[in-house]
Amino acid sequence: MELMFALLIGLLTSCGVFLLLRARTFPVVVGLTLIGYAVNLFLFSMGRIDEAVPAVLGEHIDYADPLPQALVLTAIVIGFAMTAFALVLSLRAQGELDSDHVDGKGDR
Amino acid sequence: MSHLPILPVLLPMIVGAVLLLLRGSMDFKRGVGLIATFLQIPLAILLLLRASEGTLVYALGNWMPPFGIVLVVDRLSALMLLITAVLAFCALLYAIRGDDAAGRNFHPLFQFQLMGITGAFLTGDLFNLFVFFEILLISSYALLLHGAGSARVRAGLHYVLLNLTGSALFLIAVGTLYGVLGTLNMADLAVRVGQLSAEDQPLVGAAGMLLLVVFGLKTAIFPLYFWLPRAYSSASAPVAALFAIMTKVGLYSILRVYTLIFGEQANTLAHMVNDWLWPLALMTLALGAIGSLAAATLTGLVAYLVVLSVGTMLAGLAIGTPEALRATLFYLMHSTWITGALFLFSGVLQRVRGPRFAARLVAGPALPYPMLLGGIFFLAAMSIVGMPPLSGFIGKLLLLSAAGMGHLAAWLYPVVLGSGLLALIALSRAGTTLFWRQTEVSASAEPLDALRMTAVLLLLLASPLLVVFAEPVLTYLAATADQLLQPQNYIDAVFPTATEASP
Repeated sequence: MELMFALLIGLLTSCGVFLLLRARTFPVVVGLTLIGYAVNLFLFSMGRIDEAVPAVLGEHIDYADPLPQALVLTAIVIGFAMTAFALVLSLRAQGELDSDHVDGKGDR
Repeated sequence: MSHLPILPVLLPMIVGAVLLLLRGSMDFKRGVGLIATFLQIPLAILLLLRASEGTLVYALGNWMPPFGIVLVVDRLSALMLLITAVLAFCALLYAIRGDDAAGRNFHPLFQFQLMGITGAFLTGDLFNLFVFFEILLISSYALLLHGAGSARVRAGLHYVLLNLTGSALFLIAVGTLYGVLGTLNMADLAVRVGQLSAEDQPLVGAAGMLLLVVFGLKTAIFPLYFWLPRAYSSASAPVAALFAIMTKVGLYSILRVYTLIFGEQANTLAHMVNDWLWPLALMTLALGAIGSLAAATLTGLVAYLVVLSVGTMLAGLAIGTPEALRATLFYLMHSTWITGALFLFSGVLQRVRGPRFAARLVAGPALPYPMLLGGIFFLAAMSIVGMPPLSGFIGKLLLLSAAGMGHLAAWLYPVVLGSGLLALIALSRAGTTLFWRQTEVSASAEPLDALRMTAVLLLLLASPLLVVFAEPVLTYLAATADQLLQPQNYIDAVFPTATEASP
């Protein structure tokens, strides 16, 4: 379980970094989203990965750490807003600079 | 419990939200925004006086730390609030003469940006710091693009993408710290880092260094500063002036995290970044100076002067003695206000010279009131370069004397003085081109605006005032530096009963 989780985060991050270095706005935004997913999973796993453990409800001795879940929720909301903004800005850049290169130059 | 500490955050939040909903005239919005921003100044002064008596801790919703989120006002936070309030008021005073009408929602965005900045200075919780960072960033994205143009969109895209990556790194660092230490309250983190087992220390150290990358990106430290000159020089004048505090938010975070969480009590992790900061600070200084020589516009030149001032302050942080920190804080006050004034002044100059010449460093039309404009530029330039008798001189003198006589001084003296000389050359070249060389063209320019000049003069006035009141200011800053270097005070303030409560 831990190994699979770690590999998944690693895969998402490496794909994200690869796309981030593409220097075209669309892959860059997708790359940022993938990195965002990886970060959210990572934050989530910081409350330790347990199986079949309830949330903080009732009177169980073991329960899943609720704080990372709250952090992840916050991070998801913020990440969503930022991605939306980055997308709109990329479209604006495409219209304004007539190019989807992140430096606003190069071939079409 | 007094509710005073949360007011600097609540005020801009409520005013910003109301401004967003109101359908009133522009003048009405301007008035509301200006009053709300002005109120920050007495608030900050009040908090400053309270914080001089003892650190204030405000538990949100009365949830006690470490479970709830706390706001902590110590001497450093209060000082940063005051710097922000004065700068923001002058920037807004400038903006209401027309720069705010170039796009929509300038005033709500300005308030939200203010909320993010004050929140970042006040919070005592690492994740909350992240949230406030995001608030100030997302409003800064929109402000940067305000009244857009292709240069702004291009610089804005870099700025947004870089900061999004930075946020991801911030979250990874925060997650690692929480995973190992089980808390995100800064005071609690500081306690637990001290009790860390040997095998967990490298992991926490890695998270700490990751935080340095994030803060370094915001502060514009050497390998991470390339976004700054472009973004700042393409922003409109009041926005660029407000952004003068943004690099200081990163600097504040570095100060806070590495004196508190990784402070004295942190065993092997104590002061772990100082050795890294020292060469980076000197590189930032040198490259800022070279960049200012190469700048083709006045706004670009001032943007590189921001990088230069960041390098100077980082050098003080890296030395890390109480004297060096005092010098850094003094230089921080001075450089924030004066670079803000310079950004506003270049905005004035752009309007007077007309759109064809704008801030480009080429001979332009004859200026109205050449003595007044030239005199103001001269004063600001002398102040930022660090010529006596203005405030930059005191800041640099304190920093140099804090370096002592050893190998630190051998590195610091030539770099600081050399970069000062380069900045002086760059500024004198800019000044002679702008004010003495003229071409025979009829300017299609606006007349000089009195209110805009007032905003510039108010900020510039800080420089002589800092010299005249250097004694009380330095006393306060010395106490601030001592407080920073004794993190136990901060911890005791957040956990007044920590010794009794812990099992």
